[in-house]
Amino acid sequence: MSAITATDVTRAEVCCTAVAECFRGDGEILANPIGIIPMIGGRLARATFEPDLVMTDGFAELVEGAFPVGTPAQSVATKVTTGWNPYRTMFDVVWSGRRHVMMGATQVDRFGNQNIWAIGGRPVPKVALLGPRGAPGNTINDPTSYWVPAQSPKVFVESVDYVSGVGYDRAALLGENASRFHEIRRVVSNLGTFDFDTPDHTMRLRTIHPGVTVEEVETATGFDLVVPDEVPDSRLPTPDELQLIRTVIDPDGLREREVPSPR
Amino acid sequence: MADKRMIEADVVAQIESGMTIGIGGWGARRKPMSIIRELLRSDVDDLTVVSYGGPDVGMLCRAGKVSKLVYAFVSLDDIPLEPHFRAARQSTDVEFLELDEGQILLGLQAAAWRVPFLPTRVGLGSDLMDQKELATITSPFDDGEVLVAVPALPLDAALLHLNLADVLGNTAFLGPDLYFDDVMAQAASHTYVSVERVVPSDELVSAAGCLHGLRIGRLWTSGIVERAGAAAPTSCEPDYPADWELLKRYAATAGDPAGWESFWSEWVMGADQ
Repeated sequence: MSAITATDVTRAEVCCTAVAECFRGDGEILANPIGIIPMIGGRLARATFEPDLVMTDGFAELVEGAFPVGTPAQSVATKVTTGWNPYRTMFDVVWSGRRHVMMGATQVDRFGNQNIWAIGGRPVPKVALLGPRGAPGNTINDPTSYWVPAQSPKVFVESVDYVSGVGYDRAALLGENASRFHEIRRVVSNLGTFDFDTPDHTMRLRTIHPGVTVEEVETATGFDLVVPDEVPDSRLPTPDELQLIRTVIDPDGLREREVPSPR
Repeated sequence: MADKRMIEADVVAQIESGMTIGIGGWGARRKPMSIIRELLRSDVDDLTVVSYGGPDVGMLCRAGKVSKLVYAFVSLDDIPLEPHFRAARQSTDVEFLELDEGQILLGLQAAAWRVPFLPTRVGLGSDLMDQKELATITSPFDDGEVLVAVPALPLDAALLHLNLADVLGNTAFLGPDLYFDDVMAQAASHTYVSVERVVPSDELVSAAGCLHGLRIGRLWTSGIVERAGAAAPTSCEPDYPADWELLKRYAATAGDPAGWESFWSEWVMGADQ
């Protein structure tokens, strides 16, 4: 197979490898990506460069293999169950520090605070969302990453309305001891990847997806993003990765619905 | 030994206005919906509800039964946002204690173990700590760590739905996840369990297929309601999946008073039980 170029892959496929990269180096921990592209990326990481990752079927089973996302029937036929991980046990995993979750974020701010809880005023919000869910516990105990399928200034906000997932400014206020397990690893969006590898842990543009400009990213961001002089492109999937994505993990192309390629 | 079988109306006769009730299951999974239906029909109100919430919470809120909700999320799974809960959350009619999912477990566990709180790192740095019900506590040991004290969440009653029981009140679950039903039962003064079917005591293990499913025994239960399909429209694996058609219809009634009226007359008032 000849070398892959940007025209051979969709934006969604770049997002899949960008998610996979978040789990690089994690080793034998529970990788818990939530969302279609996060699940594809997590399974891709395990099928390629991070084989020791432990993963669930999205419910109470720990499963091996690179089984497909989406269709439960297909998953049931191909998944290899090796463990029982009901919700109760998930807290044992989370509180022991053996997990890296990738959650969604209705809002995320420059310090990585995340909100899936509610939008608008207090104590009565304008828009109630899910509630805090497990975000407070996830972020104070384990590495946490976020997935944003449609980045905009309404998602990348200066300051979130309700802090469900704890960001670096909040963690700093707790002191070194209380925040020693806190880490916001990465944010992956449809436009690029972001980290907090700056002196004050404010969000930095880490890579940019091929075909996206820095300007586009900044326009879709509601705060002053740290932008290095040179921003590398997010890497393209290898031929092997592309084949895994297209034929094994997401044969139905669900990824393209989550992140449609720009026209 | 007592025969603990009863019907939903007997359960609801034990529930008084102002009580704190825990509801088992998770989201749109294994909710004791036939007991919830009977509660909706009753004049009981002013309830404090603790739940990993699904349509149980939405319906009770919509019907004005809830004065305080203790929750981490309310969701219909494939319909991520529960519209009736959202309407309540966006109003001033209901008081809320918002907790991390794991904090609810700790609060129930504290109640079950009869201690006033359990410590955890969960909640530190988040806006959960703005609530007066949560406090921090400093470790009395050399580490001096500051942790969150999650207050005990004692329940007057727990309402659960499981797969099997015997008449003595021993139960079994066959699905992939017990969720927090066992801790809820242990945190409650009384626990009422609807089940798909009642089997003879000497067949419970074989019917469950495995000893491990016999997690909530008669030490913890006050009543058993035998009602096949009692979790519908939520799922009860492996007996049946969620009834998505009905859940979608229910969700759509949030912005549609006439739709709610017809849902009420059909699903709440119309069902035989």
